[in-house]
Amino acid sequence: MSKPLRVVVAKPGLDGHDRGAKIIARAFRDAGMEVIYTGIFQTTEMIVRTVVEEDADVLGLSILSGAHLHFAEEICKALREQAAKEVLVVMGGILPPPDIPKVKESGVAEVFGPGTPTTTIIDFVRKWHAAQ
Amino acid sequence: MKTVSELLTAARAGHTAAIARLLSIVENDEPGATEVIRATYPQTGRALKVGFTGPPGAGKSTLVSSLTAAYRKTVPRVAVVAVDPSSPYTGGAILGDRIRMREQYLDKGVFIRSMSNRGQSGGLSRATRRVVSVLDAMGFDVILVETVGVGQQEIDVVRVVDTVCLLTIPGAGDDIQAIKAGIIEIADLLVVNKADRPGADEAVKDLMQMLNLGTPRNDWRTPVIKTSSNLGTGIEDLMGAVRKHREWANQSGEAQRRNADAMRTEIQALMRERVLRELERRMDPKQIEDVVSQVVSKRLDPYGAVDELLGPEAKG
Repeated sequence: MSKPLRVVVAKPGLDGHDRGAKIIARAFRDAGMEVIYTGIFQTTEMIVRTVVEEDADVLGLSILSGAHLHFAEEICKALREQAAKEVLVVMGGILPPPDIPKVKESGVAEVFGPGTPTTTIIDFVRKWHAAQ
Repeated sequence: MKTVSELLTAARAGHTAAIARLLSIVENDEPGATEVIRATYPQTGRALKVGFTGPPGAGKSTLVSSLTAAYRKTVPRVAVVAVDPSSPYTGGAILGDRIRMREQYLDKGVFIRSMSNRGQSGGLSRATRRVVSVLDAMGFDVILVETVGVGQQEIDVVRVVDTVCLLTIPGAGDDIQAIKAGIIEIADLLVVNKADRPGADEAVKDLMQMLNLGTPRNDWRTPVIKTSSNLGTGIEDLMGAVRKHREWANQSGEAQRRNADAMRTEIQALMRERVLRELERRMDPKQIEDVVSQVVSKRLDPYGAVDELLGPEAKG
């Protein structure tokens, strides 16, 4: 039996709109993954500790607050320092298009905007895992 | 990727990421799992292990969070293992117990691990005992284990911890519910949680009466404790009761007896797993499917199917 992928779904910062995060958490679950759902108002330190303690393979960040540049940089940097293995970081939410290359430079593998079918995100994660 | 012995060294020095990796190795039965268990087993048996079980919504995660904070005032390191159910269809799971424990996230003396029960029906996963045992060997002083929300028969937790707390809430059912067999028999402590709600005293009274009906199995008298995470009350009482139970269990020999029972069950489970894996390895999946369709179309009965799969020498 192959082990289930472990995914942390987190909402950093001060926005409480968690519907997107809950939908994607459910989609990951329905795809057979183990989803650690942390809820809203998470700080970088809280998210990184969760990923490390849970030995997660994937981190899904949902951000609608506009603080994506700050969190992408801070979280990806802390993960590189603290995690025992490579963690795939994906982001969902509303980002101005010029910011997308910037968060990718920080270490976010892909950004999924509004209207992205959940299957696209699942496929992306599975492809990454298969390539590991 | 680090080797198991490198991980063990780092984990013993307290590196969170290394501890987390070791837990995954034993949880997934990855290569190296045997080495991890072999290397850590001799150092187990030092931690205080307390289990929390009860129906969904009884407040297990929140109470565990309050207790974590309270234990941290007395010991340097506390670990929490929280189990949630997996989907019977996809095997996936949403593990949401951390949400209730967010106040403990930033305490470096606290380690929280979420687990899926991975389809097991006993309230824990097959690997929970192994995960707890690794944490024990890593020097955590207190390990709190939270089961999935349970009904009346999920009792695996008794084989993993020293003291089992069964949570109930006011108004959860009449006194007939409370005299049924099953989970209530494995409770070392009964906790009426959310005791700020109406009906808490009645619930305590019902449980006390229920306890007085039976013939006790030993000289431990199961206490009933009221707690409220809202008001922050009862936490000290609960910790006191846990301490008393542990002292009693050590003096009376119950702790040793229970540990031997748990190890027996663990060894039997490991034997079953190994034999089953070996059987499955030898079996052609096509043959299994073929037998299944014969049973479905009533050309064969289930017993006959097993005879066919295992061959004549295994006939029951």
